[in-house]
Amino acid sequence: MNSTTVSQKPHLLRRVFVWELPVRYYHWINAGCILVLIATGFIIGDPPAIMTSREAYSSYWFGTTRFIHFVAAYIFLFNFLFRIYWGFVGNKFASWRNFIPTNRQYFLDMWNILKSDIFMTKGYNVHTIGHNRLAGFIYFLTFIAFGIQCLTGFGLYSAMSDWWLPNLFSWVPAFFGGDFMLRTIHHWAMWFFILFTVVHVYLVFYHDYVEGHGEISSMGGGWKFIDEETFEKNKEKKK
Amino acid sequence: MLTNTSTQRKTYYEELREKGYSRRDFMKFCTMIAAYMGLQSSGAAQVAEALKTKPRVPVIWLHFQECTCCSESFIRSSHPIVADIILDKLSLDYTETLMAAAGHQAEEAMEKTMKEYYGEYVLCVEGSVPAGADGVYCMIGGKSSLDILHEAAEGAKAVICWGSCASNGCVQAAKPNPTKATPIHKIIKGKPIIKVPGCPPIGEVMAGTLVHIITFDTLPALDGTGRPKAFYSKRVHDSCYRRPYYDAGMFVETFDDENAKRGYCLYKVGCKGPSTYNACGIMKWNNGTSYPIQSGHGCFGCSEESFWDNGPIYERMVNAGGFGIEENADKVGLVALGVTAAGIAAHAVATNLRKHKLVEDLIAEGKQSEQELKKD
Repeated sequence: MNSTTVSQKPHLLRRVFVWELPVRYYHWINAGCILVLIATGFIIGDPPAIMTSREAYSSYWFGTTRFIHFVAAYIFLFNFLFRIYWGFVGNKFASWRNFIPTNRQYFLDMWNILKSDIFMTKGYNVHTIGHNRLAGFIYFLTFIAFGIQCLTGFGLYSAMSDWWLPNLFSWVPAFFGGDFMLRTIHHWAMWFFILFTVVHVYLVFYHDYVEGHGEISSMGGGWKFIDEETFEKNKEKKK
Repeated sequence: MLTNTSTQRKTYYEELREKGYSRRDFMKFCTMIAAYMGLQSSGAAQVAEALKTKPRVPVIWLHFQECTCCSESFIRSSHPIVADIILDKLSLDYTETLMAAAGHQAEEAMEKTMKEYYGEYVLCVEGSVPAGADGVYCMIGGKSSLDILHEAAEGAKAVICWGSCASNGCVQAAKPNPTKATPIHKIIKGKPIIKVPGCPPIGEVMAGTLVHIITFDTLPALDGTGRPKAFYSKRVHDSCYRRPYYDAGMFVETFDDENAKRGYCLYKVGCKGPSTYNACGIMKWNNGTSYPIQSGHGCFGCSEESFWDNGPIYERMVNAGGFGIEENADKVGLVALGVTAAGIAAHAVATNLRKHKLVEDLIAEGKQSEQELKKD
């Protein structure tokens, strides 16, 4: 968390390996799943009126849409579980500590990010290497949303399956007061994902535009390019 | 009606023979009810054995805030023995709707049963209990239903909640619930409680639940919300004969369209089958004649908790509590999306103003390096 002033001489940039390959895989699988789940979810919630004179046995498009939704949901769940695991074994930028506030400094840093990037107070230009604290905390909220969607989704699905895994969720409908309530929560929570995606994509462009550290490409190659100055300041002190 | 309850307790079979049923009729009933209960084929013999050897179970059937549709449904179950065996003379020691006694006589009969069969009788409750204003919204014989329920439940072996009123409050518990109508499980603690929701529940389901208790002396296996699994483990949707239309994406768009005439799926006109657990699709109603979906009307979801508050009946809508009647999740979501987009646009403009120097420096730096590079 450093305020840097822009010097006139060209920046020397240092390549830092931020997002490990599993993190990048997780990110894009997650993104793909969410897009598929939202698209199919909308269709399931309000199917388009397709008029046909065919008999029902020769068509199965709605069943297929639901099937795709369920497959994507399984991938989403396992991908999410993997990410939780990686939060304990991955590098410092992937650690769970980025997401869950454990001390007062976390909130102070969050406040600084708010001042720098949202309110754009003069003199605040906070450059972070991995997740900034505000982003990290919002990802924590998305993890909670992931959990809600998995609970309600597999809760709705459990009565349709004999497999033990979805049946682990068979307590959910009773807990939330019936399938109707589950459906309502599931549908509402989806809008969080849509809003998140829009803001998330915008902010990636924003950071790349303002900081020039390769924010957009970092989720492709895993690299970010940070100022030598920032690097030196954040470097671990040699013992 | 109340005379032969206390002297010597006859078995169900003895009573039925006295009433003129043949053994054949009796066996037919046992087979039918065993099938409804989802027992294997030997289950019919178990039911027959139990009804032949066991003395009848005393039953007290209380009516509180309700419309008596549960009783009506019950006496119309497909086999006449159902009504005869449980209701007519044999078992019912007290039920406001059907007993001959009235006034003090009736109240005495109830007290007598409660004393004589303490710990043995099954308490059936039809209707919810108004907890508001000290229970004055439902008084019987000068006592509030709350007091009656507590009194009757004390010596009960088990409590059966007939219908949605007793199970979850039904229409009188819909918002704003002026009488504070309360389902039985929220009042009675420490007793085995079986919920048989529905408005009304299917008669055979009610009979099956009672026969299970008589046959096995145990409660039927219950699901997470306390409903017998044998009847409430599948969604109406999953046993619906119109399900192929659902999977094929062939839906009724309005009740007067060609698709409705063809009998397509009622999903889009508000059918609650996909979120309702009941046996309607299999057992049907009125001697297996039909059920709502078969007659062209979507499922109400009448056996689900707070179904009156679960959005409009004829729309497949995720209602938006607190956002007004006409709003749904998608409308609110779209507005939120618009607000977000406006916020982003404002932020982008602000970025180019407030972070102007930062961006200019980056561009200048990049251009400078470009100039310094050799031309091809």
